[in-house]
Amino acid sequence: MKGVSSDLPSLTVKSIRAGLLSRQFSARELAEAALAFAEKENASTNAFLTFAPERALAAAAKVDSEIAKDGFVGSLVGVPLGVKDVIVTKGLRTTCGSRILEHYIPPYDATAVFRLEAEGAVLIGKLNCDEFAMGSSNENSAFGPVRNPRSLDRVPGGSSGGSAAAVAQGTAVVTLGSDTGGSIRQPASFCGVVGVTPTYGRVSRYGLTAFASSLDHIGPFARNVEDAATVLQAMAGRDEQDATSAYAPIGNYEEAMKLPVAGLKLGLPREYFESLGAETGDVIYAAVKQLETLGCTVREISLPHTKYALSCYYIIATAEASSNLARYDGVRYSTRVNGDSLSEMYRNSRGSGFGAEVKRRIMLGTYVLSAGYYDAYYKKAQQVRTLIAQDFTNAFTEVDAILAPVSPFPAFKIGEKLDDPLAMYLSDVYTLTGDLAGVPCMSVPCGESPEGLPIGLQIFTKHFDEATMFRVAYAYEQSTLR
Amino acid sequence: MNLTEGEVRYVADLANLRLSDEEVQKMSHDLSQVLTHIEQLNELDTTNVKPMAQVLFDADETGSLREDVPHIPLSNAEALANAAASGGGYFKVPKVIERS
Repeated sequence: MKGVSSDLPSLTVKSIRAGLLSRQFSARELAEAALAFAEKENASTNAFLTFAPERALAAAAKVDSEIAKDGFVGSLVGVPLGVKDVIVTKGLRTTCGSRILEHYIPPYDATAVFRLEAEGAVLIGKLNCDEFAMGSSNENSAFGPVRNPRSLDRVPGGSSGGSAAAVAQGTAVVTLGSDTGGSIRQPASFCGVVGVTPTYGRVSRYGLTAFASSLDHIGPFARNVEDAATVLQAMAGRDEQDATSAYAPIGNYEEAMKLPVAGLKLGLPREYFESLGAETGDVIYAAVKQLETLGCTVREISLPHTKYALSCYYIIATAEASSNLARYDGVRYSTRVNGDSLSEMYRNSRGSGFGAEVKRRIMLGTYVLSAGYYDAYYKKAQQVRTLIAQDFTNAFTEVDAILAPVSPFPAFKIGEKLDDPLAMYLSDVYTLTGDLAGVPCMSVPCGESPEGLPIGLQIFTKHFDEATMFRVAYAYEQSTLR
Repeated sequence: MNLTEGEVRYVADLANLRLSDEEVQKMSHDLSQVLTHIEQLNELDTTNVKPMAQVLFDADETGSLREDVPHIPLSNAEALANAAASGGGYFKVPKVIERS
């Protein structure tokens, strides 16, 4: 028991399984230790919004009883799991980081959560995030910002800041986040952990609170590539509750990622490096070199429409958000502020329930969809999205994977960009394209800035080729451990 | 591209959002800045480019259809559990139709 608590920040899916099966510790001991550690450490980072001791201990008891009778041992047996608070959990408060859902208790579980728990994962709590996943710094949460465990006066990135911080801090072994414009990869990069945005449709969105439905993804955070692959494997695949979830075969990530990378063709898109500063650039180029020494060939490629991604994204994402967030009206599941009429009640409830960034995006989205502007903005953006997606299709006829930075800079100071929405949006400039094209992409830690802040390497592959993405990430990660 | 405070109030009305005067002022500034940035899309000629509404993959034409199997839906009580006000099995809202 004592051994378990001091090991928490270094546990992996594999080491937990070995520890449980050799009876070094029980799932109950691990769950109790993880809960106690997470509650204690939360004072410094504010990563968790809600703890789930009852649910965790019930799940742990089930794992222990299965192990005792040599019964079912799932791929995530006993693994302490945290879930971003935009993903619903039955009977467990799900706030979306918003005042308007402060007291919302969902009546069902998201498919992703259901599937991970079915493999033995132990959900210990819900994680802080930017309100409705809108933000790049986790400063837009109604329940206070999350602090980066690697440097407490800095942001953890966003919007899945709590999910990245918990894994970095060791308060959860794996977590779920969501990514609409970079909300998994950017915080993973800022906190020095692995974060994966799978192909659009690879993981069911059932139970993921809708922000921009054509861009939203659920994906895992972990401390190593193998754990992230194991989590994705457990939740991937068609779900009848989400018509956009794909039938495409999943394959076996663990086997595929261990294949040698020699001979793989990697592309560096020049548009991602043109204005990249040395602080991040030096680290990325060193990682590229490392992959070259492993036998990969590297060539420069072009994704010519990259510079239009930000504009394209902020039209499509806000348009979809303005429509999706119409449901928070003070009637069905949100906090109500009364008014003299129905419409006054709507206005008051929404006006006081939403934070500044969410209002800004609802306004922008409503504007670009409003009569007379639809073609100029929304349709135009959808056409540009086609061009951005085609850039990737064309590039993947030449290369097997694309390497790039995740963010133009490492974690910035809390408050630094809060008053300048456009500057904040620009921090997602390298991640938006992956969501727009729907291709799988991830961040794998690849070094530190001169100040000691983590930097992530971004890897893109073609639709449904998570296997090659993991293969590149795993080979790189393993080569740096030697 | 400049979005006036009057336009901001109009859009806020469409979105059912109550904004304070201070919020309207800041919104006018912030949205104008973002809309100006967005104008760069006009540099691109997109005649004959098909709009992309969704990430689409190869699938059977009936790929998203399923068998119509009966199942037990959410109960009335569960559906109402998070309502701000409910009664008689319904959501309650302020009176919509005024008596003349």
